[in-house]
Amino acid sequence: MSTHAAIEHGHAADEHIHPPSFYVKIWGILTVLFAISVAGPMLGIKLVTILTAFGIAIVKAYLVCAHFMHLNIQKRWVVYLELGVLAMVLLFWFGVAPDVMQHQGQNWENVAAKQAVERGMAAHGAAAAEHGAK
Amino acid sequence: MSFAKPIATLRTSAGLPTGRLALWWLLASEVVIFGGLLASYVMQRLGHPEWAYDAEHTNVWFGAGNTIILLTSSLSAVLAHQAAQTGDGKKAARYLWLTIGGAAWFLVNKAIEWSGEISHGFTITKSGFWSFYYTAAGLHGLHVIAGATAMAIVALDAAKNKELQRVEYVGIYWHLVDVIWIFLFPLLYIAK
Repeated sequence: MSTHAAIEHGHAADEHIHPPSFYVKIWGILTVLFAISVAGPMLGIKLVTILTAFGIAIVKAYLVCAHFMHLNIQKRWVVYLELGVLAMVLLFWFGVAPDVMQHQGQNWENVAAKQAVERGMAAHGAAAAEHGAK
Repeated sequence: MSFAKPIATLRTSAGLPTGRLALWWLLASEVVIFGGLLASYVMQRLGHPEWAYDAEHTNVWFGAGNTIILLTSSLSAVLAHQAAQTGDGKKAARYLWLTIGGAAWFLVNKAIEWSGEISHGFTITKSGFWSFYYTAAGLHGLHVIAGATAMAIVALDAAKNKELQRVEYVGIYWHLVDVIWIFLFPLLYIAK
């Protein structure tokens, strides 16, 4: 099949067919990683939770994108497109996060957010105290 | 004199079939939608320590069960693609229906989970955490429904060995739904 014909039929010329066992193996790895991501946070250590829950999520997402979505054999520009929009999200993060995560700065104060935190902490503190008294 | 009707099935400059090209652009927009939503959630969560108390009420086992269901349905979706590549439309359709079964199971779990939470008073208006929880999981659920619907349409054609290239497209979309859940699970269920 020529490259042109291959593209018309929906499969790039550089695409190759993996046997089903390959995908089952990837699924097996994903399942093991999932088990670790659930068990890790049960230890109650913050660093372990971050590494197992969020670090492993990135590895799992990579495996799905690379081997199930076949991003590893797509045209390079497709990968750049998806990474480009992800970079836009990061730009959004760095632009907005400082003002959202902090509730006051040098010349400003987010009174509503501060009050929301105080209300929430007080409500949960009261609930916890009530639960402890029982 | 007659003219052949132009059919835009190929974008030679991009080197991709039109369907796949459109799909990657769709996915790019989804990355922005869910990326923006999850980034907003994380920054709010870090700025609101009281959300941790609300997060304690989410059920890890429902979230974990749904993660396994979606991972497994991704496997059946990629096996459908593999079958389509070998020209076996009937087998591809069977795998797609299996994937749809996974989607249905996921939604049933979600309905049971949400019913319990709502009955305990954890509604969308209870707090900022619960607003994000229902918005993010709800938007994801809508994508599950959309993906399952698209897969059913594609499966009907695939069973007749027609439009087999669409099996790949709907599969790629389904994997994105899986990837989004891979991040939603630790954010909403694990980070207490």
